Amino acid sequence: MQTALFIEQVLNGLQLGVMLFLMAAGLTLIFGVMGLINLAHGSLYMVGAFACATVAAATGSFWLGLAASLAAAAAAGAIIEILVIRRLYERDHLDQVLATFALILIFSEGTRWLFGSFPLYLDIPPLLRGTVPIPGGSRYQLYRLAIIGVGIAVAVGLFLLISKTRLGMRIRAGESDREMIGALGVDIRTLYTVVFALGAGLAGLAGALVGALQSVQVGMGEPVLILAFVVIVIGGIGSIKGALVGALLVGLVDTMGRFLLPQLFSLLMTPSQAGLVGGALASMLIYIVMAAILAVRPQGLFAARG
Amino acid sequence: MTISRETAINVTLALVLLAMPFVALQLGKPFYVTLATRMAILGLAAVGLNLALGLGGLVSFGHAAFFGVGGYAAGILASHAFAGQPLNLGLFALPGTNQMLVVWSVAVLAGGLLAAAIGMISLRTSGVYFIMITLAFAQMTYYFAISWPAYGGEDGLSITIRNVVPAINTLIPINYFLVCYALLLTALLIFALIRGSRFGAALQASRQNELRVASIGIAPFRVRLVAFIISGMITALSGALYADLNRFVSPSMLSWHMSGELIIIVVLGGVGRLWGPVAGAMLFVVFEFVLGGLTERWQFFLGVALLAVVLFARGGLIGFLAGRMRHG
Repeated sequence: MQTALFIEQVLNGLQLGVMLFLMAAGLTLIFGVMGLINLAHGSLYMVGAFACATVAAATGSFWLGLAASLAAAAAAGAIIEILVIRRLYERDHLDQVLATFALILIFSEGTRWLFGSFPLYLDIPPLLRGTVPIPGGSRYQLYRLAIIGVGIAVAVGLFLLISKTRLGMRIRAGESDREMIGALGVDIRTLYTVVFALGAGLAGLAGALVGALQSVQVGMGEPVLILAFVVIVIGGIGSIKGALVGALLVGLVDTMGRFLLPQLFSLLMTPSQAGLVGGALASMLIYIVMAAILAVRPQGLFAARG
Repeated sequence: MTISRETAINVTLALVLLAMPFVALQLGKPFYVTLATRMAILGLAAVGLNLALGLGGLVSFGHAAFFGVGGYAAGILASHAFAGQPLNLGLFALPGTNQMLVVWSVAVLAGGLLAAAIGMISLRTSGVYFIMITLAFAQMTYYFAISWPAYGGEDGLSITIRNVVPAINTLIPINYFLVCYALLLTALLIFALIRGSRFGAALQASRQNELRVASIGIAPFRVRLVAFIISGMITALSGALYADLNRFVSPSMLSWHMSGELIIIVVLGGVGRLWGPVAGAMLFVVFEFVLGGLTERWQFFLGVALLAVVLFARGGLIGFLAGRMRHG
């Protein structure tokens, strides 16, 4: 039983990790190519979840909802890039932080305006309901396994996109020398919009996928955004590989910490105290890991710049 | 001697803020006294942030941590004093207290220690890393406050009776306003002294050109760390005052929205300007009050206004009124 629980927690950690990767990949790509810190990335996650829940409720199909989430988040991303973000590339980080913080306020209140304060619910599609057996005699939710699968597929897809395609070549060129590729005739404005929309679409996809596990509500993107920041700080800002490693690390450390720390402390104290101390420490564990990694490597594990 | 336009504006701001609660009482609107107190306290918090952000160029997105720690210092000490139980710190026990002077000292000390710990790690990095790391550490304190049930956890902690200062009855709103206002002026004086000192020059120089400062033989890290600690201390003090104003502390004081609001206040007022944070706090509280009265959705309009300020109007209120900052 203990092994089964352990495996289950590892899978939960992986699932959180791949979700964080979908968020962090967009953030780190946007920072790497455009040098922009985007706090509103969590809002795009929320947009994806709301689009999926709305379309799924209207049509009865989760899959249409999923497609809608990608489209809506990518479209929202492209629109804010053209209207707002574009003006921020040449500004300092303080302006970027403020403007994207303003976007969060607008998105959150705007969504509350449109959908009200009550959370929406999104059902797991029939195809992915049910459980599968895992070693140790227990069963695990099929949907969560599917999420892990989607995360791996996206990671592979992104890797192929960036290393094998023309768009990927331009993205890499944009990271190393944006003026030069502009001079070579690449339409850099469109490239930036495409990269931003790509990152936004990934965030929206993550929001929709997680929406079926939790409730869909305003502010759901903010905790994930902050975890994604921790991920890219650990992985090294601008590095997709760093985002993947960081995301899995954060997902596993957070989940396993919450699972194992109270048990560890129960060897030393009463169960209720152990739950308290272990729980409080577990909630801080990923930040402690981040601090430890930064103490050794201030630029993160796979720094792309500097 | 001619008085610069900025000085004239600063004096006006100081007098307007001071006069506001007295006028409110004359008009029989005691609620506005609380509003003015809120302005003074948020202004104080922002003066702390302005030291790091304005002078040092350190975009800290985690000042809510210091604000909240100050608040919890006040709440925890007061709750222990009220319950008559000493605070057990493992090695020694600390009696609770309702004396603001003690509460402030503890808040400032706690804020300073936390700022030292966060600063030691986050100041090793710069730019966007610094923003994200300060945010992450503040979030860590937030989650800790939520998951630690001894002091209310998610529900927060009430302060049954406002703490006291010798010889002043702080339960009378106008007295409490004057206490906060006096502390605000003190912090502004400290800010002005630091800005004019050799240390302040080194701090501003390391914002402008880190390499040159290092080549002169000044370690920018140490200068920044000291500035960050003082900044955290001032913001923690304001947190203690804020807790006593509301007679309530909750994890929301530690949330990243709070950090964002503090940055907004500094930027609305004018980054690096002496009275910028106060101007920003006055503007912010008025905005919150007027729009909050008109519509539940005031944050939406705050977002739009903020976006417009960032994109089209830079320099904040003081910059708008007094012109660009003069580099003497």
